[in-house]
Amino acid sequence: MNSAYRPLLSRVADAVYWMARYIERAENVARFIGVNLHLQLDLPVAPAYQWRPLIDTSGDAKMFCERYGEPSLDHVIEFLTFDPANPNSICSCLRAARENARSVRETISSEMWEQVNSMYLQFQGQHEMPEPEWLPEFFRNIRLSCHMFQGITDTTMTHSEAWHFVRLGRKMERADKTSRILDVKYFMLLPAVTDVGTPYDDIHWSAVLKSVSGFEMYRKKYGRLRPRDIVQFLVMDDEFPRAIRYCVACADQSLHAITGTPLGSFHYRSEQLMGILRAELDFTSVDHVIRDGLHEYLDGLQLKLNGLGDSLSKDFFGWEPPAQAQIQAQGNL
Amino acid sequence: MWLDAYQTEGFHDEMFEASGTARPEARLLLETLASLEDGQLVRCQKVAERMLLQMGITFNVYGDSAGAEKIFPFDLVPRIVGAQEWAWIERGLKQRIHALNEFIDDIYHDQKILKDKVIPEDIIRSATFFRPQCHGIDPPRRVWCHITGTDLVRHGDGQVYVLEDNLRVPSGVSYVLENRDIMKRTFPQVFEGLDVRPVDVYPSRLLEMLESIAPETASGKPIVVLLTPGMYNSAYFEHSFLAQQMGIQLVEGRDLVVHDRMVWMRTTKGLRKVDVIYRRIDDDFMDPEAFRKDSMLGVPGLLEAYRAGNVALANAPGNGVADDKVVYSYVPEMIRYYEGEDAILPNVPTYLCWRDSDRQHVLANLDKLVVKSANEAGGYGMLVGPHSTAAQREDFAAKIEANPRNYIAQPTLALSRVPTLINGRLEGRHVDLRPYILYGQDIFVLPGGLTRVALRKGSLVVNSSQGGGSKDTWVLSARGGA
Repeated sequence: MNSAYRPLLSRVADAVYWMARYIERAENVARFIGVNLHLQLDLPVAPAYQWRPLIDTSGDAKMFCERYGEPSLDHVIEFLTFDPANPNSICSCLRAARENARSVRETISSEMWEQVNSMYLQFQGQHEMPEPEWLPEFFRNIRLSCHMFQGITDTTMTHSEAWHFVRLGRKMERADKTSRILDVKYFMLLPAVTDVGTPYDDIHWSAVLKSVSGFEMYRKKYGRLRPRDIVQFLVMDDEFPRAIRYCVACADQSLHAITGTPLGSFHYRSEQLMGILRAELDFTSVDHVIRDGLHEYLDGLQLKLNGLGDSLSKDFFGWEPPAQAQIQAQGNL
Repeated sequence: MWLDAYQTEGFHDEMFEASGTARPEARLLLETLASLEDGQLVRCQKVAERMLLQMGITFNVYGDSAGAEKIFPFDLVPRIVGAQEWAWIERGLKQRIHALNEFIDDIYHDQKILKDKVIPEDIIRSATFFRPQCHGIDPPRRVWCHITGTDLVRHGDGQVYVLEDNLRVPSGVSYVLENRDIMKRTFPQVFEGLDVRPVDVYPSRLLEMLESIAPETASGKPIVVLLTPGMYNSAYFEHSFLAQQMGIQLVEGRDLVVHDRMVWMRTTKGLRKVDVIYRRIDDDFMDPEAFRKDSMLGVPGLLEAYRAGNVALANAPGNGVADDKVVYSYVPEMIRYYEGEDAILPNVPTYLCWRDSDRQHVLANLDKLVVKSANEAGGYGMLVGPHSTAAQREDFAAKIEANPRNYIAQPTLALSRVPTLINGRLEGRHVDLRPYILYGQDIFVLPGGLTRVALRKGSLVVNSSQGGGSKDTWVLSARGGA
């Protein structure tokens, strides 16, 4: 540890980690809706069939049914984008990302704060759902703003401990989202055996890939769309930035950069769990995964990611909740 | 020319003489303003407001709906202070702060000034912010008033008076820095030809001062942190801004812990020692063991660590004793007592309601005077006589009779005015001025300050919580200005 080492407050580490997760989450929701908007033009099926998976992916199906009933285009977009009662809507994610950023303004760069703040203000200014013809553009802009935030983060913030917590949050969230998207789509697609080899099959699988911005990169590597190769690509690829294995490898690197423990060994419980997960992803074969059931495998993976999140919180973020009423009572200008 | 319609309406105007001609220090600025095309100023103003919102330079409004953040309204027309007048203000502030610091140190040690009967002992004992817990503490360099934001006003007679000292946790300096920044970005042409003294030295001077008060036990470069009540505090923006500008950690009470009478912060790698705390949290909430027991924002044991000399606190707890408006009225006596000089900057004449003769006068003249509660700030607990209703006056008369110690009264000042952009044209609005003073190795007065402006027509209340805004304050250098 050099003499210029600046200690990082646990509370700050927690806030930057969640700031990054919420931005990544907002981006994933925006991309997923965008792809589905496009997809609906190609498919002659009932809307419910098509919009259902978006709700399932978000993991909030129960809440949606209680509030809206049957999934329709408008309801799904409302729920996933503008509904403040849904903690995972884009609206809630941007608010949470900004609140976290606001609590650590002195740690992140001013450019990062201004980007997350203007994203939030722009979104707040959008009081109702855009006209249908503007929807694709609307979701594209959210995606771009999130990308810009990540670019600004990587180019304006020193790549020291706090930045590694940002990266850790981003990669953990991304691994989780890729696994959910793949899980839901795979589950949806496999029962339709009659579709195998039909144009619809291709459309669906390409939508899965596009949902994680992976279509073009997949094509370059594998050419034809085959479920096995798609699973290999999205779960086990070691170069594609949204592949689960790639994300976990990056998260592992950042975790070790934070602790200073050499890669491949562990001092904290989080390092141990991350190392085990990484080794599993490195040495598992896709054919075994498919034979034993992809859904079960992805389910297990999500549990492990959640366990890792809890363990990060215990190892690094230990703090008590604030008392808001008193903070507010203390003002003077 | 669009400026021609401007009227001083019999008030002292910071830019115009009574005759309507421009003051020498304002001449160049007024020429620039006059040369602007119709609507240009309004456009610049809109750009500035948008920028403030984007940069998140906002304050929280208590009692407003959750998450309500507002920008502190900013007026693009600056307030100008000439070099000569500033030199006088600076001398006066240094003299005053030095005397106040001597006073506080005396109060928590030998209390000579009380023994010599310059100030009645009762007044000190009954001051809300007098802290017996601080008795006998020797803060580093014996400095108690590290950061002060003195409120100055100019009356119709042209004289500048001290209205309040604000020794405890003064805020607003971030607006001084940001207003200048916004001004340069949106309206650069007005700086041409004027030699305006820079304000952006403030964060460096503040950090220097904080490092200079580190306890001797600090090893190497002292660890300085800024303690905030948290992001729901109205001044949170300023806390994070100052921490960022100084490159120090912004901490909350829950980030700190006291062990062995030393202060530590909780980091991802365990505990790290803290040497200096710039605390932006009131005495009451700072340490539940020493002050308010129910405080969730403070750090248990902090005062003990401070008393042991293991951590420095800026500002020093207990210095609010001199913020009491009754104690304030004795500052000219303090200056004579400790400095052996007359006060350079006068106080506003103040009637003390605990004196029978003063009280009789106050009660008979409630419609002409401003009555203030001795220990409230932010424009609360105040009666502005000429703008009051009979019911309000009756209410205050009862309060004064019930607790005369707690009330003072002052003549209603005709605060000076500065041209301000209102609905697309310039109108005079009343202002005050809050310069910022740092006291460490020596006393430094930032050449500039927060000019607060009462945006409502005729209003004399400049507080942000009561419809006030702010202006950039230009102190001209002796080279360029008048």
